[in-house]
Amino acid sequence: MRVLESGNHLIALAANVAGVEVVPAYPITPQTQVIEMIADLIAEGKMDAEYIPVESEHSACAALVSASLTGVRAFSATSAHGLAYMHEMLHYAAGIRVPVVMVNVNRALGPGWNIWCDHQDSISQRDTGWLQVYVASHQEAVDTVIQAYRITEDHRVLMPLMLNMDAFVLSHTYMDADVPGREEVEAYLPPYRPLWKLDPRLPMTHGSVVYPVDFSETRQSMQIGQDNARQVVYEAADEFMRAFGRRHGDMVDGYKLEDAEHLIVAMGSLAAESRVAVDEMRAAGRAVGLLRVRFFRPFPIDELRSLCSGRSGLMVIDRDFSYGMEGALFSEVKAALYGHADVPSTNLIVGLGGRDVTYEQIREAADRAFRGEADEVTWGDSHITKAHEITREMLAEFDKLLSP
Amino acid sequence: MVSFKDLPEEELFLAGSTACQGCPSSLALRMAFKALGKDTILLVVASCTSVLQGSYPLSAINLPLMNVAFATGGASASGVSAAVKALVKRGELAEEPNVLVWAGDGGTYDIGIQSLSGAAERETDFIYVCYNNEMYSNTGTQRSGATPLGAWTTTTPGGKAQHRKDIAQIMIAHRIPYVATVSLAYPLDFYQKMLKAKEIRGTKYIEMLAPCPPGWKFPSAQMIAVSRMAVQSGMWLLYEHEDGETRFTAATKRILEGKVKKRPVKDYLEIQGRFRQILSSPEGQQAEDMLEKEVSESIRRLQGWVPEYI
Repeated sequence: MRVLESGNHLIALAANVAGVEVVPAYPITPQTQVIEMIADLIAEGKMDAEYIPVESEHSACAALVSASLTGVRAFSATSAHGLAYMHEMLHYAAGIRVPVVMVNVNRALGPGWNIWCDHQDSISQRDTGWLQVYVASHQEAVDTVIQAYRITEDHRVLMPLMLNMDAFVLSHTYMDADVPGREEVEAYLPPYRPLWKLDPRLPMTHGSVVYPVDFSETRQSMQIGQDNARQVVYEAADEFMRAFGRRHGDMVDGYKLEDAEHLIVAMGSLAAESRVAVDEMRAAGRAVGLLRVRFFRPFPIDELRSLCSGRSGLMVIDRDFSYGMEGALFSEVKAALYGHADVPSTNLIVGLGGRDVTYEQIREAADRAFRGEADEVTWGDSHITKAHEITREMLAEFDKLLSP
Repeated sequence: MVSFKDLPEEELFLAGSTACQGCPSSLALRMAFKALGKDTILLVVASCTSVLQGSYPLSAINLPLMNVAFATGGASASGVSAAVKALVKRGELAEEPNVLVWAGDGGTYDIGIQSLSGAAERETDFIYVCYNNEMYSNTGTQRSGATPLGAWTTTTPGGKAQHRKDIAQIMIAHRIPYVATVSLAYPLDFYQKMLKAKEIRGTKYIEMLAPCPPGWKFPSAQMIAVSRMAVQSGMWLLYEHEDGETRFTAATKRILEGKVKKRPVKDYLEIQGRFRQILSSPEGQQAEDMLEKEVSESIRRLQGWVPEYI
């Protein structure tokens, strides 16, 4: 069914047709509309699920984990501080191997308080064991929610999945999208069959003390789950294509790659913006392409090696920053290529805290980068000025006044 | 009245646990499982019980069991409770099993109070048992919000300067259908309260005083005797709260009815090592008086709920 809806509402509709049975959730901007709509759908009898209005995100994730371990399909949504507050439970979900799906509407972490988009929240959860996918359009968000359960519930994977969607740019803008019917989706995504669960008919102990003699095996098995997901992601996308005639689901999404000498590498909606920049640069005779990283975990190592190999340069855009280092995607891309493809790369940091990024900015930055004129890391839209220094000097004066 | 003959023979708490000698939690688990039976999902909040159940790949607990994170007793129960509802609706389960949370005082009074409070306010259908050993025993006996005034712990080397909080009263303030306190020295009272909790829909909060031999510094063979003295001295009051009314039970009831004389708090303080410092210090008498006052205040507050005992 085609609908005109916001990204947030589309997520709720997709969770419904995906046959979600339990939704523990806590409100946080800019995700709140997702759970409001789910509460509405349940109240109106249009969604057959249990809604748990928990008292914190830590509890939301705890209930998400325990509901899933009891044998049902569970879903939640959060953003920024909510995701950060879940941090312990994110590790828990992955460690106890529950195939839950959670949407994170990407938002900056405060202070300074900021409700707008960047990727700092999900990037900070990189090592929790969750699969992470970043979508770039409304339709992709819908299709990815449905595919997400196919991927996570696959017994070769059984790792939780975080679907990341840019705040406001996608969450609050309205677009026409197709939401398949429940029955069509059920044919693609049958009811959840757990490999293990809490069941009085087969009592088992979950999450017990594991001594050093067994611990590494539990961790390596999580990595095997992540590695297996690489294959399962493509299978889920192929079958989705057969069932619904659309393809959203690969590890990466390429644009005008064939003869490109230089590539822009980005995630989320900035990658969509970068397409326009690529078109403009192409029109100006420059052989530029775009490589959108969809899955940040598992990281598309093979795809990057084969698609970046032989290019003259990369510009990696980060909407996040690893303090004391550089943009996180930049580090990851270089790590994947190291020893396999020697491509000069630079890093563009833009769009933090929801600062608007235009295709012109991307084009100008890419022009500079591909002419070899960019620093290794460029804060593309930050303008630290003399005023910031003056403020510091003034504060130092105050400090003198306050000192006895 | 139930008698010991009525207790089921089947043991769901198996031999081979790694509990300390005289561990109150393991004995209480055995009793609770007998009352609730096999159709129970158990959530163990990080505590001694996470350890005493045995380590991977062995388990001394023959129930479906999930070890949950420290702060998540109430929230984890909420997830399971919602999931079993969905499974019954789906026809996968014939009826909803009991959902039992087992947590220590650290996981209840301190780090877990938000999650427990949330679950109670949402009227989640589950039984929450707090086995309260009045300290963080699993990490080596640090103070908690349940540690009584004057008690030694590794983080209150001179004796705790503050009173413990009364979390059962906090739970009563949530208007949940059943709150009870129990003691291992009164096992049939404990068993009956578990049976009652099993039959009531909604959030049931049961708290047991759990004298910890290594933490409280008394010989492990004395665990029941210390449990009994806690009740006889009034330092642990046995009651249940239901339909807006509190009823004292077992020895507490007999004391308040004047059938048995209450023992002085001093008798309780002296049979364990954790009050030794405070009792031998110049503040010893003052601490003892303050604890006696705490007991009488707790009784008066509870009696406020039960006009017949005023």
